[in-house]
Amino acid sequence: MNKTAILVVSHSKILALGVKELASQMARSADSVWAVGGTEDGDIGTSAPAICEALEGALQTASEVVVLMDLGSAYLNTLAAIEMLDAPLRGRVTLADAPLIEGAVLAVVAAASGDNAADVRARAEEARDMHKLIS
Amino acid sequence: MPDATSVRRFIEQFALLVDQHAQELTELDAAIGDADHGINMRRGMRAVIERLPADGSAPDVLLKSVGSSLISKVGGASGPLYGTAFLRASKAVAGKAELEPADVSALFRAALQGVVELGKAVRNDKTMVDAFEPAVDVLQTSLADGKSIADALAAAKSAAQAGSDATIDLVARKGRASYLGDRARGHRDPGSASTALLFAAAAETLQ
Repeated sequence: MNKTAILVVSHSKILALGVKELASQMARSADSVWAVGGTEDGDIGTSAPAICEALEGALQTASEVVVLMDLGSAYLNTLAAIEMLDAPLRGRVTLADAPLIEGAVLAVVAAASGDNAADVRARAEEARDMHKLIS
Repeated sequence: MPDATSVRRFIEQFALLVDQHAQELTELDAAIGDADHGINMRRGMRAVIERLPADGSAPDVLLKSVGSSLISKVGGASGPLYGTAFLRASKAVAGKAELEPADVSALFRAALQGVVELGKAVRNDKTMVDAFEPAVDVLQTSLADGKSIADALAAAKSAAQAGSDATIDLVARKGRASYLGDRARGHRDPGSASTALLFAAAAETLQ
């Protein structure tokens, strides 16, 4: 079992899978990065039941899961999804307030080196201060 | 006093108003958001009607079902926000067959608190709270002053509409429109518009 799994939540299923694909390059095990996106009908949006299902899946493979989200309602639907989880699982979910792509890459690297959820979250949130242009 | 039949009519009337105004809600959202508020709310309220428990269910059972359906089916922020509102409303009137004025007050106050706790929005953030909060304040005051439920809800309906109107001049500090900065000014907040429909539906049915 992995220590910490990463769950990418996006309004777009393609974006969620793309971030997972990109970040998984840095992962040690294939099942440590999860992705969920879109509504139940496949439209752009987020679905609390779908996020809940992904959290349950991730928590079968890892002790804790760190969630990275894209825009506002991804956060609100993730909160709703946590409410839907069985009570004992809720404490194993940590939300990261981080830019999605860079945050996911940093989170996966931290998780692959065995960090717990609090450390993975902190690492992901450092993404906000990362620069792309080299001056 | 409102009973299970009036609560059912309230839910059906909200669904009807959302359906009738879906295009308008989506157009408002297209101006400052992601152009899906009407579509999402219509999808959600259709699911609500499909899943509504049979006749004879108590008000709290009906309201709880609405909350669960909205959280599952809406797809945008309005799902968990309205969903939580209805779940809290359900808890506020648990076990009641008829709603006294104090119950109506508690129902809407609890719904508002659910929205505020989840979304963390305050007045003037250009959100549904700008319509919801003045409506609940007026409702509570009117009922405390001894006005009838019908009169109090009519006042709440007007307050929600006025609150929604006031969002036009605001810059958004929450939600998708907050990405737009000053360009959101001049447009009505779509969530405040659907909240005005919620109170319109209540005023027409909860008697």
